[in-house]
Amino acid sequence: MSINYLLKNLKDASGKRIELAISNGRFVEVKDAAPDSEIIDGKGLTAIPGLVDLHTHLREPGKEDAETVLSGSKAAAAGGFTAISAMPNTNPIADTAGVVEQVFRLGISHGICDVFPIGAVTLGQQGKILSEMGAMRSSEAKVRIFSDDGHCVWDSLVMRRALEYVKAFDGVIAQHAQDPRLTHGSQMNEGEVSAALGLKGWPAAAEESIIARDLLLNEHVGSRLHICHLTTIGGVELIRWAKKRGIQVTAEVTPHHLLLTDELARSYDPLYKVNPPLRTERDVMALREGVVDGTIDVIATDHAPHPAEDKDCEWAAAAFGMIGLETALSVSYKALVESGLMRFEDLVERMSGAPARIGRYEGHGSLAIGNEANFTLVDTATNWRVETPEIRSKSKNSPYLGLELPVTVRHTYLRGKEVFSQ
Amino acid sequence: MSIVLDQAEIARALKRIAHEIIERNKGVSNLVIIGIPTRGSFLAARLTKILSSLEGVEINSGYLDTTMYRDDLRNSAPRSLGRTEIPLSGVHDRDVVLVDDVLFSGRTIRAALDALSEHGRPKTVQLAVLIDRGHRELPIRADYVGKNLPTNRNERVQVCLSEIDDLDQVKIEGRA
Amino acid sequence: MNRHLLSIADLSKEEAVNLLDTAAELARVTETPVKKLPTLRGRTIVNLFFEDSTRTRISFEAAAKRLSADVINFSAKGSSLSKGESLKDTALTLQAMGADGVVIRHPASGAAHRLASQKWMSGCVINAGDGTHEHPTQALLDAFTIRENLKEPSGDLAGLNVAIVGDVLHSRVARSNVLLLQKLGAIVTLIAPPTLLPVAVNTWGCNVKYDFDSDLNSFDVVMMLRVQRERMEDAFFPSEREYARRYGLNAARLSLLNSRCIVMHPGPMNRGLEISADSADSDKSVIVDQVKNGVAVRMAALYLLLGGE
Ligand SMILES: [Zn+2]
Repeated sequence: MSINYLLKNLKDASGKRIELAISNGRFVEVKDAAPDSEIIDGKGLTAIPGLVDLHTHLREPGKEDAETVLSGSKAAAAGGFTAISAMPNTNPIADTAGVVEQVFRLGISHGICDVFPIGAVTLGQQGKILSEMGAMRSSEAKVRIFSDDGHCVWDSLVMRRALEYVKAFDGVIAQHAQDPRLTHGSQMNEGEVSAALGLKGWPAAAEESIIARDLLLNEHVGSRLHICHLTTIGGVELIRWAKKRGIQVTAEVTPHHLLLTDELARSYDPLYKVNPPLRTERDVMALREGVVDGTIDVIATDHAPHPAEDKDCEWAAAAFGMIGLETALSVSYKALVESGLMRFEDLVERMSGAPARIGRYEGHGSLAIGNEANFTLVDTATNWRVETPEIRSKSKNSPYLGLELPVTVRHTYLRGKEVFSQ
Repeated sequence: MSIVLDQAEIARALKRIAHEIIERNKGVSNLVIIGIPTRGSFLAARLTKILSSLEGVEINSGYLDTTMYRDDLRNSAPRSLGRTEIPLSGVHDRDVVLVDDVLFSGRTIRAALDALSEHGRPKTVQLAVLIDRGHRELPIRADYVGKNLPTNRNERVQVCLSEIDDLDQVKIEGRA
Repeated sequence: MNRHLLSIADLSKEEAVNLLDTAAELARVTETPVKKLPTLRGRTIVNLFFEDSTRTRISFEAAAKRLSADVINFSAKGSSLSKGESLKDTALTLQAMGADGVVIRHPASGAAHRLASQKWMSGCVINAGDGTHEHPTQALLDAFTIRENLKEPSGDLAGLNVAIVGDVLHSRVARSNVLLLQKLGAIVTLIAPPTLLPVAVNTWGCNVKYDFDSDLNSFDVVMMLRVQRERMEDAFFPSEREYARRYGLNAARLSLLNSRCIVMHPGPMNRGLEISADSADSDKSVIVDQVKNGVAVRMAALYLLLGGE
């Protein structure tokens, strides 16, 4: 059964008045709207294409107490996302067609958000033997992105081969850039705060050296390289240099790295413990600049749910990561739009259009006529407060608890079906 | 605020107490004068000086801080410690005169008795105070009193001594 | 003073001096036949040790007992880092036992902060060493020892030149001392191989040198830090022999110190590595004083934290 709508009195992200007609799950011209269309008054709401996340950790299979495909999908829809990309570091690891298909089918069956599995680059994410990326690509899940996220593909030869191999099927290697030797036991950004707190430092160079190497490798082999979660000034400068030089690369940043700094670690509250770590104010400013000038293509959540006991402990004993699906749009808006650096429509492009193109997620990232009706209605004039009971994610490890944030997501639609409303 | 004792009256009161101590103890040979910090220590030093000039001999004297022996520590922020200095003669088998500025609830003196017992077993313990303002919470009384001063509980009796304050004076504050 | 003693950073200069003065008076009192004060009678203090340190535990235990507190020793072998009982569960147990004060030693930096800042328990918390972060009472007893040897019995450490030598990067003793000694007016110089200094050490406000031998006679205090032999495996220095040669306090360096200079070490010492036997036992060494002063300083800390309420 398909429902036809005509949404009136909307604005688009640039503030222009628009109307949206949806028929059979797709956008159609208003003049072609079905006569039986339900008319919806969208006064005060802004329509944006459904957000697309290239970096989500769902914990299914293996750690369903932290998150499932279902709970993660609900959180995503509440955050305005219509597509998310499930990182492969589950148990078992998504390094075979079987596991990625299982996750993909769960997403389809729940029907709340498209879940695109990311496949592991190497078997067991061990960094040694390539996983069967071709089989994952050919599977029902049609895996486009491969990553050992959580681990870095450290071996230069393995990285070179992975980049080359995925050229056969237009794949992308998404690198988690972290030199494991330079970060063994590291707890937080290495600098003034780590020196004072006696927490083992995580040098920027451990991230930047891998980025530099991979850029040079990709210049040589000409594949598609995506750098996950940039956090440093040096990382932004390397990507900027590479793009100028014509090296094929895309880069992402998380909302938390656009807003939070390592000063927060002074509380020793592991809510602020994340991989890669929160950096300094100067890094935050450089990252914002990188998003504004297009050096950084996308904002991705790195949504990393953990149960309470993995955060309710000493810093060093705690797990890395913070949830972010439900706050991503608001936090990014606060960092980039409220601060006057960027227009809202450009932010939406970084959170929807660009990631959809990198992931080849057809049907997402645009309000164009004929496209799947994956869209979100937001209220940019109303703030909201992050409160534990309201969080849809199974895990509550948000660093924004108690904070008031801008932009409230009101409705999310997946192929014309309302999947979230408040 | 009203002044209860001025400099001359304080001096007279101490002199009278000195005479009473000599009379009661039939001399000073077995005496040890112990002041309770802060102002009790200065009064004890003055009293010791008067006694030795009256009798022409050195008098054993010292200080005894009671802070760590108080039973009402929980009621206030922790205070800095005063000085404890027991004379070489010790207090064992001596006639000890404790000296304090104001006798009020009696809890300081109770603490002083405990503290003193750590240093030995005196023959007698006597108590000299400049002001007795009443309102005892324990069965303690002074042997020598400079001035009995009936007060309300909420009034404040302030003893100023030239050693640390600007002048010698006892005043009472908060009187309606 | 705060309700907790977690970091020297939380103490004002006045509070630090007051604590040292209180310790000085308590040291005098406990030198007399009076060994025990009734101050904390009826209070329960738990020594919560997730890491072996007999010296520190005994020192706190003696301090608490001299104040008549009830002392419970709780050594949790194998910290929660190795997934034993969690810090949270331990804290809930202590709360149920009615602990008024908890002295915590833990291998994780910030463990004492967590214990104090979460609502797991209501007692006051004293940091007895947390990972590579801080060890505030050690710094206080070091400052006390320095003052006792080189300054007036009361007041600060203005103008003294203090060298802290060795593995600053991993030393909680160094972190607390850098904060405290500078707060008290001393001029602190860190001397270490660059590998054993935090990269942001320039933000600490002290001098930094890589060479132990220059201006040796300018120091009033030379504080040697313990070096763990395992550090060699992580490439922090090439060999014990080279470390001892370049950064050890040996007889030759000892002879170049000025006449009033004192030598300190927080213990336990690696004789022959960071400090030679003749340096440790020389008349410049105040290492035994440090141990003795530890009790008075910890009594003062316990009194100032728990005496009020
Ligand atoms: Zn990652």
